[in-house]
Amino acid sequence: MTKPKRPLRKAPEVRPARAAGLKPLAKCPTGIRGLDDVTEGGLPRGRSTLVCGAAGCGKTLMAMEFVVRGARDFGEPGVFMAFEETVAELTSNVASLGFDLPSLIRRKKLAVDYVRIERSEIEETGEYDLEGLFVRLGTMIDEVHAKRVVLDTIESLFASLPNEGILRAELRRLFRWLKDRGVTAVITAEQGKEGELTRYGLEEYVSDCVIVLDHRLTNQVATRRLRVVKYRGSKHGTNEYPTMIDEHGLNVLPITSLGLSHDVSTRRVSTGIARLDTMMTGKGYWEGSSILVSGTAGAGKTSIATALLDSVCRHGGRCLFFSFEESPDQIARNMASIGFDLNRHVRSGCLQFHTVRPTLYGLENHLVTLHDLVDRWHPRAVVMDPITGLTSIGEPGEVKSMLMRVVDYLKSRNITTLFTSLTEGGAALEKTDISISSLMDTWLLLRMVESAGERNRILYVLKSRGMAHSNQIREFVLTDHGIKLTDVYVGRGEVYTGSARVVQESRDRADAIAAGQASHRRQREITHERLALEAQMQKLQSRLAELKQETTMAAKQERERDATSRHDTKGLARIRKADSDGAQEEGNNT
Amino acid sequence: MTKAASSPKSGTWDLKLYIAGYTPRAVKALENLKQLCEEHLHGVYTIEVVDLLRNPRLARGDQIVAVPTLVRKLPEPVRKIIGDLSNRERVLVGLDLRPR
Repeated sequence: MTKPKRPLRKAPEVRPARAAGLKPLAKCPTGIRGLDDVTEGGLPRGRSTLVCGAAGCGKTLMAMEFVVRGARDFGEPGVFMAFEETVAELTSNVASLGFDLPSLIRRKKLAVDYVRIERSEIEETGEYDLEGLFVRLGTMIDEVHAKRVVLDTIESLFASLPNEGILRAELRRLFRWLKDRGVTAVITAEQGKEGELTRYGLEEYVSDCVIVLDHRLTNQVATRRLRVVKYRGSKHGTNEYPTMIDEHGLNVLPITSLGLSHDVSTRRVSTGIARLDTMMTGKGYWEGSSILVSGTAGAGKTSIATALLDSVCRHGGRCLFFSFEESPDQIARNMASIGFDLNRHVRSGCLQFHTVRPTLYGLENHLVTLHDLVDRWHPRAVVMDPITGLTSIGEPGEVKSMLMRVVDYLKSRNITTLFTSLTEGGAALEKTDISISSLMDTWLLLRMVESAGERNRILYVLKSRGMAHSNQIREFVLTDHGIKLTDVYVGRGEVYTGSARVVQESRDRADAIAAGQASHRRQREITHERLALEAQMQKLQSRLAELKQETTMAAKQERERDATSRHDTKGLARIRKADSDGAQEEGNNT
Repeated sequence: MTKAASSPKSGTWDLKLYIAGYTPRAVKALENLKQLCEEHLHGVYTIEVVDLLRNPRLARGDQIVAVPTLVRKLPEPVRKIIGDLSNRERVLVGLDLRPR
C-alpha cells in the first residue's frame, strides 16, 4: 500500500455489491498502512469501532491517525475527544509523525477537546445525565461537519463518575446517538484483566467492530500485534498481524493475506560466478526467485551473496544488502579482498546497505523496515545475511512466518532474494535452523572439506526449482579476482580438494612423464641392440668373405705349388738324368 | 485545606448552574438550589443559570460533562456538584457549608 499524500483520495462510499440487490456494508478507510487491507476497506462507516488494548499499545495513536488521515487525506473532518491527554500534549505527541494538529484545527478540519473530570472536585447529589458531554460533542461535530469521531478513552468516566448505573445508560445512549448522527466513531478502551476485552465491558455497547492491539515481550524484544476480533457484516482477516509504529505512524503488516498468485518471470539473473551459472543451465538464478545459501562458518556465504549483488549492480540494477552481523565498511573491505568493489556500487547509487543487529528491534520492525526500503528503493535483488541471526529475537515459528512474508512480498515484486543461513557445526547440513528450505527455490550448499591437514570449500546445488541444474560438486576457491569454481579431483573413490588436488594432479603428471621416459629408453635399447647385431653380422659376413677369399687363394697357391713342384721334379730328373724307371717311380709318387 | 466550613458571610458566593434545556430535572435542581441558598447564603450569593442548548460552547470552559452541574466559582476552590441537588446534606457538604 502506498502512503496517502496530499491529493484527496476518494473514500469508497459503497463497495461493489457481491450479490445483486444487496448493499454491502460501506467502509470508511483509515489510511493506516495495512489496516485497510485487513479490514477489506476500512472501518464500518457510520458505526462505532472499539479499539482496545493494554497501556502503551498504540490505541491513541491509531485513533488519532484515523481522524487526522481522514481530515487530511480523505476530506472527512473529524472530532477528537480526549479524556486522558490535553490538547497540547496530543499536539506535541503526534507532531513527530508529521501531523500538524493546530493547522488542521485552524482550517476547521479537526476539533479537539479535552474532557477532564476530577473525582475529588465532584459531589454527586441526585439524578443527572451526560447531556453536557453530548452538547460538547455535538457542537464540535457541527463546527467542522465531522464525519469521524474519536472518544479516547471514554471509560475513564467510570473512574470519575460514581454512579455506574447512570453512566452505563448514558453510554448506551451516546453510542446510539453517534450512530444516529451518521459519524464513524472510534472508541478506545483499556484492556481488562484475564482475557476481558475491556475493563468496563464497553464491548457490550460498541460491538460492530472490535480491534485488539497487543504489545508483548518475547525474549526481551517488544512485539506489537493487531487483531480484528469482530466485524459485523464484513469479511476480515482474522490473524494476529504484526504491527509497528514508525515515523509515519502505525503500520499493520497484512502480508499473510497475500495469496500465492504472483506472476513469475522467465528471465534469469547471473549469479556473478561464471561456473555457477554453468551449473544452473548456463544462465543463473531465475529472476524473482528465492535463494538460500547455507553453510558452516567461513564457508563463503557472504561471498556468494556479494557475487550476485555485484552482477546485478553491473547491469545497472539496484540492490539492498541487509546485514545482521557486519557493518557496511567491513563488508566492503572484506569483499574488496576477493575482488568485489562494493563501494563503487554504493557511490553509483546501485547498492544500499542496511545493517542492524537483529536484536535492535522486533521481527515485525525488521519486516516493516524491509517493506519501507523496498518501496522506496525498488531493488532488483535483496540479500539478507544471515537470517540465522533472527532466531535470537523470535521463536523459530515466528521467524519462519516472517521470512515467508518476506519471500512472498519480494516475489510479488519480482525481486530476486538471497538469504544466507549459518549451519551450526555438527548439525545436519541439509537441515536449516529455521526449516525454511521449502520456501526457497534454489538452495546452494557450501561445505568445508577437511583433508591432508587443510580445510577447503566445496559447493553444490542442492536444489533449484525449474531448471536442470548440475549435480556436480565443485571446489569453491576465493581468489583476488573473485570467486572461482573448479572441478574437484575424483579418484579411487575419494574427493581431493585444495593442495591435495594439486598434489594429486602433479603426481599424475610426474607418473606420465616417467612412463614416457621408460618407453623411450626401451626403444633406444632395442635400437642399440639391433645396430650392434647388424654390426656383428657385417663383421661376420666380411670374415666369411675373407675366408672365402683365403680358401680361393690357398687353392690357387696349391695349384701353383704343384705345378712348380712338377716342373722342379722334371727339371731335377732331367738334371740327374735318371732312368725312366727311377723317373717312373718318382712320378708315381706325386 | 479548610477543616471548618466556609463562613457563609465571607464575601460573595458566585454559583453557576449548568443545564441543558429546562427539563424537569433542571427545574427541580434550580428550585432545590434557590431554596438552599436562601436558607444558608441569604444575600451573599448570585446564581447564574447556563443553558448549554443555547450556549453550548460554555460547557468546555468549566469542563461540564453531566447536567445539571452546579459550579461554585467563588469562593475558591472551585467545587462541582452534579445531579438534581435533591440530597440537601450532600449539597451542603459539596459546597463546604458542612464539614465533611
